[in-house]
Amino acid sequence: MFYRETGQFKNSYAADQQVFPIRQDRVGIAILLAVAFLVVPLVAGNYWFNAIFIPFLIFALAALGLNILTGYAGQLSLGSAAFMAVGAYAAYNFQVRVEGMPILMSFILGGLTAAGVGILFGLPSLRIKGFYLAVATLAAQFFIVWCLTKFPYLSNNSSSGVISVPGVEMLGFKFDTPQSRYLLVLSIVTSMALLAKNMVRSTTGRSWMAVRDMDVAAEVIGIRLMRTKLLAFAVSSFYCGVAGALYAFCYLGSVEPDGFSLDLSFKILFMIIVGGVGSILGSFLGAAFILLLPIFLDITLPAIAGLLSLPFDSATVSHIQLMVFGALIMFFLIVEPHGLARLWQIGKEKLRLWPFPH
Amino acid sequence: MIKNVRKLAIAASVAAACLGAVLPSAYAAEEQFFMLPSYRVGPYGANGNAFYGGFVDYLNYVNMKGGIDGVQATWEECETEYNNAKGVECYERLKAKAAKAPGPIHTMSTGISYALVDKTAADKLPLAMMGYGLTSAVDGSVFPWAFPLVTTYQMQASAIVKFLKDKEGGSLAGKKIVFLYHDSAYGKEPILALEAESRLNKYDLVQIPVAHPGNEQGAQWQRIRQEKPDYVIMWGWGVMNMTALKTAQKMGFPREKMIGSWWAGSEEDVVPAGDAAKGYMSATWNVAGKAVPVIADIEKSVYGAGKGNLSDKAKLGTILYNRGVSAAVLSVEAIRTAQAKYGKGKAMGAEQVRWGLENLNITDARLKDLGATGLLPAVKTACDNHEGSGKVKMQQWDGSKWVVMTDWIEGNKALIHPLFQADAAKYAKEKGITPRNCAAEAKK
Repeated sequence: MFYRETGQFKNSYAADQQVFPIRQDRVGIAILLAVAFLVVPLVAGNYWFNAIFIPFLIFALAALGLNILTGYAGQLSLGSAAFMAVGAYAAYNFQVRVEGMPILMSFILGGLTAAGVGILFGLPSLRIKGFYLAVATLAAQFFIVWCLTKFPYLSNNSSSGVISVPGVEMLGFKFDTPQSRYLLVLSIVTSMALLAKNMVRSTTGRSWMAVRDMDVAAEVIGIRLMRTKLLAFAVSSFYCGVAGALYAFCYLGSVEPDGFSLDLSFKILFMIIVGGVGSILGSFLGAAFILLLPIFLDITLPAIAGLLSLPFDSATVSHIQLMVFGALIMFFLIVEPHGLARLWQIGKEKLRLWPFPH
Repeated sequence: MIKNVRKLAIAASVAAACLGAVLPSAYAAEEQFFMLPSYRVGPYGANGNAFYGGFVDYLNYVNMKGGIDGVQATWEECETEYNNAKGVECYERLKAKAAKAPGPIHTMSTGISYALVDKTAADKLPLAMMGYGLTSAVDGSVFPWAFPLVTTYQMQASAIVKFLKDKEGGSLAGKKIVFLYHDSAYGKEPILALEAESRLNKYDLVQIPVAHPGNEQGAQWQRIRQEKPDYVIMWGWGVMNMTALKTAQKMGFPREKMIGSWWAGSEEDVVPAGDAAKGYMSATWNVAGKAVPVIADIEKSVYGAGKGNLSDKAKLGTILYNRGVSAAVLSVEAIRTAQAKYGKGKAMGAEQVRWGLENLNITDARLKDLGATGLLPAVKTACDNHEGSGKVKMQQWDGSKWVVMTDWIEGNKALIHPLFQADAAKYAKEKGITPRNCAAEAKK
């Protein structure tokens, strides 16, 4: 009843082809964006920006990148953190070495560099599939981190290999408050997410899905496998690369190659598994779940312990947090193997039928 | 019946919680808040437990002795798991609490402290990095809020070279030294210093990296066997240290010719290596053992009162525990220094604590008053010297405990400090920071 498209007639091609064809969706997205752009900057505090919203958006973008590759094009990858590292280091180098380089240009060039590296490591995907490909992308993970540690040039000859990024400045405006950085990240992530949403329903996206579902069949109907797969790698790495650049410039401020370890790649993979493989919304939900739940538990557990006067110290809290977190992941995967995005979809179906479910 | 019991239990616990919540608030005095982004779980949890155990124990000890001139130390821990992103989250979570009267922040993680250098400078909170972190912060003109106190990797490397030089009768000319290092920010930090030293002292330097985590070092030690070095300086971390010692034993390289950094010189590094570790040397800026009066006193009064932080009391007096105590001693002394200028018996604001850290003067006499003679070197900081000491001791593992071999050895400051200044100047240029004028400030 609440979510029914009855009476919404499409009488032009443009109306039929919009990104969000149902009015309720359009209104919902508009409200969400209005809240994110207008209300949040006014009410949230520094902690919320620096520790919650900014990392959430950045990881959502990285998860989105991986989701394009794994969820839509069906190529399993364990190298997302490495592509983030390429983006971060490339953006840093462009910014430091080229005088007067606009920051957005650095982000884009960082993303493009990551895309190039992504294509290179995507080449094995033409011959191998599934878990074997995952192992091949592991090579990217180790090689890139090794490379960044090995060649001092890449970290601008920093003696420790750690890079510390310059401040973010655009047309004379300094992004030095958490609010301004949040708005910058939000704008980039929003536009890239809308772009992705549009891309996956275009010819490109459809050929990715065709390859994912059965590559031989896709080839038979005339989809060029090499181009499609490498394009998926390029686009996915571009997203991860921009996420990496944002991670360095707008979140941590200083990064080291070891920070982009396999652990981070797994974390991003878990985000899309929990959130929903092959869903844009799922990337956001997954990032929220994986990133925010531990923080939530971290803050609420001591409070609960205090209420029940249990003698918890911070180590116990961390242990319990890990256990609860693990249990919740299992719970969600058992109850809904297709991820949180699927739960949302079921919710929409229910709303549509309510109050007369058959 | 069971239901009733459960209800009763819940009621009782709620009542207890209410009581617990009401009681402490009746008492409020001046307080100095220490944020502790600690790590007690995860791969390095054992190290964090010992370090933060020592830190908290000393704060408890100070509180039991009447506080920091009447000001009670309070603290809150937040688990970072040695992870940079979690460390930043912890910092953001606790910084509002620390804004009024902060203690120096200790992260015990190079990665987290790198991430916090800019953030603490923007938020104006003092950051301490004792024997880790961004070493060019020694130059306080570019880094007013960051303090790599006591000593740095570069000064330590220089002190190790000096120690070896003395051991060789005053000259290292023509000798060969292998630098075996953890291939990360931490391991690469001293390379510049060792190269500068090798130009000065005319020894051959062979650099051999070990990839993280370093649990397989056959190739590296094969190479060392071919090179036949006079000494191996090792910058290891975690499992790499144990593996290096065991592999050295297997390859027949004498452990008496291996010398490690202070992160490769704790009980956690040598005990698992068993008899392979015997004779191995390392640098340290704080000694181990319970012979130091303040450590013995903590055991007696804090653990005697059942307020000890360590769940495993065997860690009391280990290298890392004593390092935690040393870090707390310096933090508390910085606040006392600030109080001497800005008002006794008052909690100190961030700027005041920063001033205290920058004007620390802990003499040997003061260390004696504190019962910390020999625990750590005398420290005297200034605007252009946030390090304050640059001294280390050498110790040797005798199979069951660390034995101190030397007095405090100072690195070659004239050689090393210009490296920091050059690096700090580069940092200032990249970030667009205008350095303070230390000379002019000193005149005021």
